[in-house]
Amino acid sequence: MFEVFGIPSTALFGQLLIGLINGSFYALLSLGLAVIFGMLNIINFTHGAQYMLGAVTAYLLLNYAGLGYWPALVIAPIVVGLLGILIERVFLRWIYRLDHLYGLLLTFGLALIIEGIGRNYLGTAGLPYTLPDSLRGGRNLGFMFLPNYRAWVIAASLLVCFGTWFIIERTRLGAYLRAATENPALVRAFGINVPRMITLTYGFGVALAAFAGVMAAPIYNVSPNMGSELIIVVFAVVVIGGMGSILGAIVSGFGLGVIEGLTKVFYPEASNTVIFVVMAIVLLVRPAGLFGRRT
Amino acid sequence: MLDVGAPLLAVDDLHAWYGESHILHGVSFEVRAGEVVTLLGRNGAGKTTTLKSIMGMVDHRSGSIRFEGRELIACSSDRIAQAGIAFCPEERGIFASLGVEENLLLPPVVRPGGLSLEQVFELFPNLKERLRTSQGSKLSGGEQQMLAIGRILRTGARLLLLDEPTEGLAPVIIQQIGKTIRALKENGFTILLVEQNFRFAATVADRYYVMEHGRIIDRFANAELDASVEKLHDYLGV
Repeated sequence: MFEVFGIPSTALFGQLLIGLINGSFYALLSLGLAVIFGMLNIINFTHGAQYMLGAVTAYLLLNYAGLGYWPALVIAPIVVGLLGILIERVFLRWIYRLDHLYGLLLTFGLALIIEGIGRNYLGTAGLPYTLPDSLRGGRNLGFMFLPNYRAWVIAASLLVCFGTWFIIERTRLGAYLRAATENPALVRAFGINVPRMITLTYGFGVALAAFAGVMAAPIYNVSPNMGSELIIVVFAVVVIGGMGSILGAIVSGFGLGVIEGLTKVFYPEASNTVIFVVMAIVLLVRPAGLFGRRT
Repeated sequence: MLDVGAPLLAVDDLHAWYGESHILHGVSFEVRAGEVVTLLGRNGAGKTTTLKSIMGMVDHRSGSIRFEGRELIACSSDRIAQAGIAFCPEERGIFASLGVEENLLLPPVVRPGGLSLEQVFELFPNLKERLRTSQGSKLSGGEQQMLAIGRILRTGARLLLLDEPTEGLAPVIIQQIGKTIRALKENGFTILLVEQNFRFAATVADRYYVMEHGRIIDRFANAELDASVEKLHDYLGV
């Protein structure tokens, strides 16, 4: 054991790890929000509830269908993503041309309804979700102890985030998405079914939230409020990264998780507010966010 | 094969609205296969709206738009593009978040018979040099116009709707655009052109329709151009 700036290394790296874990969830969730905002121009306040639905679906699959963590990691995003597609078809598609405020209120209302239903059936106390055996235990890295599941969460989140970044920034499909973000009418006049693309994009963004929810289930308890607690911080992350910026969402997600973790070591009193302080500073210096384009 | 006499595009009693504003008031005209037809008229006469209505890009439209004998008035804009009509907008519509190559490859091929990339580069050698440019919006105005035309030649669409392709360009570039349009005509493309600049239009067009207040008010062939110059000055206010 050694010390860094007078802080024991285990404490420092322990908080750094927690920061990276939180950052993994910030990144996955703000990525979904960025994808949705870029394409639909809607600030998806239902995102936290959809994250919670992912965790709840995993819990239900385990306890009522006997399906464990790995199947849930695939099934829950699909189920919740399809639910998202239903929401888009029934509600969201009517309000794209209206002010942001309408989308915000509508998705916020949906979040309240979903969370209310959750509280009704599951109660407010957290429900435990057992870790898969294959991800129990951990390894001693010499300077700190690294639980296997936490390592997996960080790796999976990085993989999904950069996979999404690659699809959007480097493929033909991504070019359609970026072009449709800029000028949907013209992309449609080239023969591309833009409304269908919008629906699928929302489904994908929601599936990302559900994926994060399943990964969160073994770490945090499964509870109807788990999303609303997290989503406020995630919106700050999105604003810092720049609304609609894919890379901004990923980088600021992980970055702010780490900053939050380090603050817990060096000045714990500020750890709950540091992200909002950063947000205020970024908004003063770069109103469009770190990676945002000025419009 | 199409009957030579049958129009490729037949627009009949076309009305179009943006929100509450009624822009087109019963526009009727036709374009035969292989022709270059130009819509002339002052700003706000409804030329651009006519092209956008054919593409299904207005809020509401009524009347009839038949392409290759098929009625398109109820089709969405992606269906119309799939039917084989391609549109090059006045503002060019180069996507800033896409590279030059991505812009060029963006419109999907809707039917066989489009130009290959090599053929596009033969028409626009500058594009090949700028292919690796990171952002489409970094090109000059002329290069952006070539990119906007080049990318719709790949799709296999046989009817091209070009909205003021010479607007804001230097004379030497305008000449190159004119040469390109004549080459496309020789290649069998049918072109519906919107122009303010009838001196340019005279170098490429077979026939003209003159628009005013959302209606067609006159029509004449290129051979009648000299005889119609007086009238045209009157219509266009030049």
